[in-house]
Amino acid sequence: MNWIRSFVMFWYDFIVGDDWRVALGVVVGLGATAGLVHAGVNAWWLLPIVVAVLLGLSVRRVMLAARQS
Amino acid sequence: MTSYVLFLTVFLACAVEAVEAVTIVLAAGTSRHWGSAVQGTVSALLVLAVTVSALGPAIGLLPLGALRLVVGALLLVFGLQWLRKAVLRGSGFKALHDETEAYAKEVAAAQAAGAGGRGIVRDWYAFTLSFKGVFLEGLEVAFIVVTFGNNQHDIPTAVLGAAAAVVLVTAAGIAVRAPLARVPENTMKFAVGTMLTAFGIFWSAEGAGVTWPGTDAALLVLIPSVALLAIGYTALLRRTGAAAGTAVPTAAVSAPVEGTLR
Repeated sequence: MNWIRSFVMFWYDFIVGDDWRVALGVVVGLGATAGLVHAGVNAWWLLPIVVAVLLGLSVRRVMLAARQS
Repeated sequence: MTSYVLFLTVFLACAVEAVEAVTIVLAAGTSRHWGSAVQGTVSALLVLAVTVSALGPAIGLLPLGALRLVVGALLLVFGLQWLRKAVLRGSGFKALHDETEAYAKEVAAAQAAGAGGRGIVRDWYAFTLSFKGVFLEGLEVAFIVVTFGNNQHDIPTAVLGAAAAVVLVTAAGIAVRAPLARVPENTMKFAVGTMLTAFGIFWSAEGAGVTWPGTDAALLVLIPSVALLAIGYTALLRRTGAAAGTAVPTAAVSAPVEGTLR
């Protein structure tokens, strides 16, 4: 069972990395983009906004954690 | 469309795709591990050759949109991870000391993985990035050749145009490899994070059905925009950290000699 855990952890770390919220945000952002496109809106602008927000929130979390420690 | 026009059209279209693929390989090789990046490239070319020979003209039926979505989303997540750490290190919130520890840990993990027989690939990150970039762009080149060649009933000229573009762009990539190696590590990683994020945004949004204004030219706006965003966050964090006294001295983080962004 240990190797299964190692295998899963390797791929989790490989794909998701340090901040799972960023990966989740990308998936949600892409889902929203696809939804808008399906509704007839060419939402090319949405993903760049999502990326700007995700990166900002992610580095902000580290900054706040550094202040608390 | 004459043969010359067909050649030029396919050449230009394929050159754009080749530049994208070579950029990814250069990024993976320069910032991570050249051997693994080359292994990823060769593997992608082999899989591509098998796919193209097996499907032939039916390659036009592959769900390219779904591929773009998956590959783009992965590149975007990878790119954001790299960019995040580059911003933190550039602003002083991540010290060289941490990177040294991470590097030592990674080397130890790599050695342990090697002893466990994890294969001949030393750096899966570099391998996967190169593989995805080359495979996706290679498929697009194949699409272009099949589409334009079939339309004009002249596949050989289309193949010639594509081959010329790929050879020329690859040669240019090899030529800039040495100068790239002299770029400071943190700067290089900042640039790689920017490129991966920009390509990730572009491909995944296309895969989700978006049509970019200016099509491929949108990348020329996306790449500097992502770079400016990251530089802006770095400056903001540096100022905030300096005011609060939480950031580590910048001199210690601006010129790391080793470490990775993973």
